[in-house]
Amino acid sequence: MSAYGVDRKHHILSVLVENKAGVLARVAGLFSRRGYNIFSLAVAPSDDERLSRITIVVDVESAPLEQIVKQLDKLIPVVAITELDPAFSRERELLLATVSVDTQTRGQVIQLVGVFEGKIVDVGFDRLTIMMAGAPSKVDDFEELIRVYGIVELQRTGRVALPMLDRSEGRSTSTVGGRALGLATSHSPTSHSGTSHSAASDHTEKAG
Amino acid sequence: MELTGAQALIKSLEMQRVEVMFGLPGGAILPVYDPILDSSIRHILVRHEQGAGHMAEGYAQVTGRPGVAIVTSGPGATNVVTPLANAYMDSTPLVVISGQVATAAIGTDAFQESDITGITMGVTKHNWLITDAADIPRVVAEAFHVATTGRPGPVLIDMPKDISNATMNWYWPELADLDLPGYHPVTVGDPSLVREAAELLLAAERPVLYVGGGVLKARAAEVLRELAERTGIPVVTTLMARGAFPDSHPLCLGMPGMHGNYTAVTAMQRSDLLFALGSRFDDRVTGKISAFAPEAKIVHVDIDPAEHNKVRRADVAIAGDCRLVIEELLVALGDLGLPHSEATAGHPGGSPSDASPGAASVPGTRAASFPRERLGPWRAQVSEWQHQFPLGYDRNPTGGALKPQFVLEQLRDATPDDTIVASGVGQHQMFASQWWQFDYPYTWVNSGGLGTMGFAVPAAIGAKVGRPDRMVWAVDGDGCFQMTAQELVTASSERIPVKIAILNNAYLGMVRQWQEMFYEERYSEVYLSPDLPDYVGWAESMGCVGLRVESPGEVGPAIDKANDIDDRPVVIDFRTDAFEKVYPMVAAGASNDDIVVDPAHGQGGR
Repeated sequence: MSAYGVDRKHHILSVLVENKAGVLARVAGLFSRRGYNIFSLAVAPSDDERLSRITIVVDVESAPLEQIVKQLDKLIPVVAITELDPAFSRERELLLATVSVDTQTRGQVIQLVGVFEGKIVDVGFDRLTIMMAGAPSKVDDFEELIRVYGIVELQRTGRVALPMLDRSEGRSTSTVGGRALGLATSHSPTSHSGTSHSAASDHTEKAG
Repeated sequence: MELTGAQALIKSLEMQRVEVMFGLPGGAILPVYDPILDSSIRHILVRHEQGAGHMAEGYAQVTGRPGVAIVTSGPGATNVVTPLANAYMDSTPLVVISGQVATAAIGTDAFQESDITGITMGVTKHNWLITDAADIPRVVAEAFHVATTGRPGPVLIDMPKDISNATMNWYWPELADLDLPGYHPVTVGDPSLVREAAELLLAAERPVLYVGGGVLKARAAEVLRELAERTGIPVVTTLMARGAFPDSHPLCLGMPGMHGNYTAVTAMQRSDLLFALGSRFDDRVTGKISAFAPEAKIVHVDIDPAEHNKVRRADVAIAGDCRLVIEELLVALGDLGLPHSEATAGHPGGSPSDASPGAASVPGTRAASFPRERLGPWRAQVSEWQHQFPLGYDRNPTGGALKPQFVLEQLRDATPDDTIVASGVGQHQMFASQWWQFDYPYTWVNSGGLGTMGFAVPAAIGAKVGRPDRMVWAVDGDGCFQMTAQELVTASSERIPVKIAILNNAYLGMVRQWQEMFYEERYSEVYLSPDLPDYVGWAESMGCVGLRVESPGEVGPAIDKANDIDDRPVVIDFRTDAFEKVYPMVAAGASNDDIVVDPAHGQGGR
């Protein structure tokens, strides 16, 4: 596990929120107020202009996770929360880095970028700015490899994720909320704990 | 119809059938105060915005309707943060309207600007900053809907001055027009879970109904009584639930927790099934959580699913409104063969031979022996504890000291049974909860979760406004009284005849008690003086009748005199024993097994 990696205990919450002023502050405030740690966070408008999607990676045991999900669900502008199991989801992250190069190392860096299917996005006399996107572990590896050349600046976006396409009855995700706006949340029978935090498989489809 | 934003706001409040609001005007809210002159809504002018918030809470707690407070921007708004936090902890429906600087000035550090939506984010269920006058009716309707449904709580609407002055075309939204796509509170419990809960309940041998404030919020006192009487299961009522089940009922064990009575605390500890209804396993109830009710299975009914498994893992967790879930449960218990009436519910510890006709009519079923035979030994054990460890205090103190418990007993016995009692926070609050007899719901108004000193006086005023037909007493401490006493000016000028009993022990008594017990009697900054201020003179200067009581013999006559006064507030300065401590007590962080009953009475630490 590299400096940026998280172990298998990490959880990805894909949170659909109303696209209104102050919503990110409410979500971030909830995490700090209740002492939860955010590992990474990415926000962007969703395909529905009324909604934004916040992808939060948290690194906690399952019991606090249940609390996090339920407390998030209590925020009025939070419309739906999908917990993506890392084992059943596609995670991606983008890295931008400016690396020091000289005549000797320039070629090596360009080669590495090629191997990792990255791109050179800016070229200077003694620096290259490179972009690379991929699964977080791959991004970790890439970062480690370019580090030896001298990183001037580095920026990672934090992860975004979507569930793997369903090929079996595997329970890849669970969703809380989402009744509004015609978001389909096919609830299967609740677990013995009896919470509303139930399993759902095809949460991404929208009926309306 | 074209209205200004200010007119639209007041009209929206009228549409919500608001009858009274508590507030204090200022620059940014000025436009809203003009249409108040023409409104049917009564406005009560407070002396400090904290008072407005607590009055609205007191009003809400006794009426079940949302309390409304209105304040200006900046300091007006920050002064109401404590009541918002208090209402958030105690799930009290509260709607606060705050003025805000004009939208163009927001973010410029303008005069009396504060980011009140940011500040109150963590202590409100939700808040809104209005940026378009056309949104006002919808936002007001949303605010009341959010405050009063699901788990109730406080909300805040921030109203910039230019929005108040702008015009809009009046409309009133239907429920379906509200823009709350992420808000869907549950109400009805999952039937299969209710059935599971009913089965656990019938199988339990040492069950306890652990009743919290959610039962009052759900207006479930009547069905709770039916549940208790049909099953014969003893009931504990938490600090927030006092009155939800009558203290005079033979199945009522009273208050559990840090200063709960021995039987309530110990019955929970020994229980094999804690049936939690609208209670949240607060640290003041559980004591050391790892040692709390170690043998108990947990059924947890709460409208807020986030309370489930937060503190203690539930075996069955039911998300739903307590009243609806209890109703479902009663049906499920009937389906499982529990008879409809339990004739001798009123006799805890009734012998197994004392079988009811209902039970006899369904022989051979498991439920037939329930609850009499199954619960007989448990109820016998419970009544043995009650007999062995009653609440007590020194009734013949040396030197004729005035005991606070004695004052409360006298007050309890001299007032109507449905008297509303408000309290502040500290020793007097615990004494009041212990020694009052709460036989009716919504007669106890206190600050449970946040523990807000100074709550009593304004909360009592708000309660009296909500229930003018009832006698309202505030039981207050001298420390608490000094925090919000100025609202008695409000009460006098508005002719709100509340009565205040100050248990004046000249100390911040609860802190003093902890310093005595846990800090080797090193008293740090807890002495207040009995005479400074002169409470009687202060009361009179605020238009109240002021009385002083220094000995036990004066207690009764002073209370009688206060009860006879109905045209102005009364304050009685009871000079109580400064050294009295609240018992029983479970020390902070200790197990509830280590409850200490008053050592002075030879009952010792357990």
